[in-house]
Amino acid sequence: MKRAGLVILGVVLAAALGAPSLAPHSPTREFRTLLFAPPMRPHVIDDAGAWHRPFVYPLRLVSRLEQRYEEDRSRRIPLVFFSRGVLVAAADESEGPWLPLGADSYGRDIFARLLHGARTSLGVAAVALVGALLLGLVIGGLAGYLGGAADETLMRFAEFILVLPTMYVVLVLRAALPLVLPAWAVFALMAAIFALVGWPTVARGVRTIVAAERQRDYALAAVSLGAGHARLLFRHLLPASAGFVATQATLLLPAFILAEATLSYVGLGFPDPMPSWGAMLQDGAKVSNLADFPWTLSPAAAIFLVVLALNLVVQRSGRILAATAAARFDSRSGPDVGSAR
Amino acid sequence: MLRYLARRLAFALLLVLVVSSGALLLTRLAPGDFATELFGAGATPQTIAADRARYGLDRPVLEQYGRWLWRAVRLDFGTSLLYRQPVGGLVRQRAVNTALLAVAALLLATFVGLPLGVVAGSRRAGLLPACIRGASLVLLSLPSMLTALLFVLIAARTGWFPIGGMTSIDAAGAGWAARARDLLWHLPVPVLALALPIAATLERLQAQATAEALAEPFVVAALARGVPWRRLIWRDLLRVAIRPVASIYGLVLAGLLSGSFVVEIVTSWPGLGRLMYDALKARDLYLVAGCAAAGSIFLAVGSVLSDLALAAADPRLRGE
Repeated sequence: MKRAGLVILGVVLAAALGAPSLAPHSPTREFRTLLFAPPMRPHVIDDAGAWHRPFVYPLRLVSRLEQRYEEDRSRRIPLVFFSRGVLVAAADESEGPWLPLGADSYGRDIFARLLHGARTSLGVAAVALVGALLLGLVIGGLAGYLGGAADETLMRFAEFILVLPTMYVVLVLRAALPLVLPAWAVFALMAAIFALVGWPTVARGVRTIVAAERQRDYALAAVSLGAGHARLLFRHLLPASAGFVATQATLLLPAFILAEATLSYVGLGFPDPMPSWGAMLQDGAKVSNLADFPWTLSPAAAIFLVVLALNLVVQRSGRILAATAAARFDSRSGPDVGSAR
Repeated sequence: MLRYLARRLAFALLLVLVVSSGALLLTRLAPGDFATELFGAGATPQTIAADRARYGLDRPVLEQYGRWLWRAVRLDFGTSLLYRQPVGGLVRQRAVNTALLAVAALLLATFVGLPLGVVAGSRRAGLLPACIRGASLVLLSLPSMLTALLFVLIAARTGWFPIGGMTSIDAAGAGWAARARDLLWHLPVPVLALALPIAATLERLQAQATAEALAEPFVVAALARGVPWRRLIWRDLLRVAIRPVASIYGLVLAGLLSGSFVVEIVTSWPGLGRLMYDALKARDLYLVAGCAAAGSIFLAVGSVLSDLALAAADPRLRGE
């Protein structure tokens, strides 16, 4: 099970990294005659029963009103491998491109957008995750190490962020900034917003661990050997929270992927030509599209796969969830970090 | 207990104040305002200026904020620029819709998730627990955004359920029984979309807690005294195993508000999240503030309720 999860994650990561050479087309190229084209199945046997190298049949528009296509069985377009710098594509694009997962409302290759969208969506989530973990480690570490008034102030602040209606805060923060921004600015902005609302759970858990570890004998031994504050905190105390931080990462990453999808879906995320999984789902926002062209939902399947793989890898047990709940909400006792580690 | 409640109430009030003020100020400081968003490029400078003056948007930020705050203290939350109605009534009506969705989803998730969790947790091997575990794993990986899209797709293709909204157009004039039936017909898609991921979470937790509680010595003692297995699992064990599950409800409630936002957008449910979204798009700042306040009240009430539930489930916490 765990291995299956790792395999899926590896495949998705490889697909994201190799997007330019795996995708048959540019994610922004529009095939104006193929709006909402269905996925094109590769064949090896033609109608006469003869075997060929892999090929596709070009699509022919049957009904412009319903945007319905069917395969033109009279012609074959062979698929060629390792040409024009991509893994596999139709031999002659002028005869008809190969759209493995169909086309979206602009006639763009959904498969290509899915691969390139993985870079955007997973990239934002990963950067936000690093930011949230760093913030949580530093703030939680300082609070647990310093204790007293600093601890009190920092943790009250963290608690305050925890009880905010997260989705609304994210929306207001995003809407407060100009809607039309360059893609890199949207990327940085979203990562920053997610990190800002994501750190408190990490900080509270780290604080409890650091405060507890500080009293342990090895910490006192390090101090008596002349370790300074920074060395004690970063070299000795914070590493003790590694297990807790790792489990938090597996909870935050899916949340961030989903947050990007939500924001882009409602039009406050990545602007249109830029492929991201959430922006791609906008095509499914119109119910008639959803019913007639279900392949526009492929990014939903991608999100599901990634989250499922993460769940398989960590086998997220009830115990982790319970520890998280304690870290977030139970102000009477600290998180049950012992069991989460 | 009273002191605890008073402290929570004070904190909740502070939270509502900070959240709604923050939302108002951020929306006010954002580029563009209601007048420009409403008329777009076709507006002349005169009409924009006139409209700004009418809604008080031409005053300095602090003066505008002060006026709003002074009226908000007397429970007058201003007038929505978008709907031209008092914000209070508008938000209340939409908040009821969201609460309906959230409560229905929470009840469904509890009544599906907990029993399945007990079944999966109390049996080591077998087809049934394996099926439950597998289904939970899949549902845990399907956040409400995806379930909502999936159910809307199913509803659109089969026609079994309406694809969105809360009421049919022709149901408005009908009697209350017909209206209730109409509402019930619109509920399954959004409620299931919201409830299934939560049900999976609760099932996993309950299964874990049940399996752990089974290892306690009192189980052997009870069995030795001849307590039937069924009664042991469903009465005595449940009482012990419910504790970690009760502690997760705060987390679930927080997720419920975010989850319902997406579900409301996808299924066109006229709830608070949708209202907030429309208000933000139109830069309707009083309405944004009202929605943000309602959202934080929702969470504050939810966390008090989950604390009370935890105290009810765990006698050791009742002393405070």
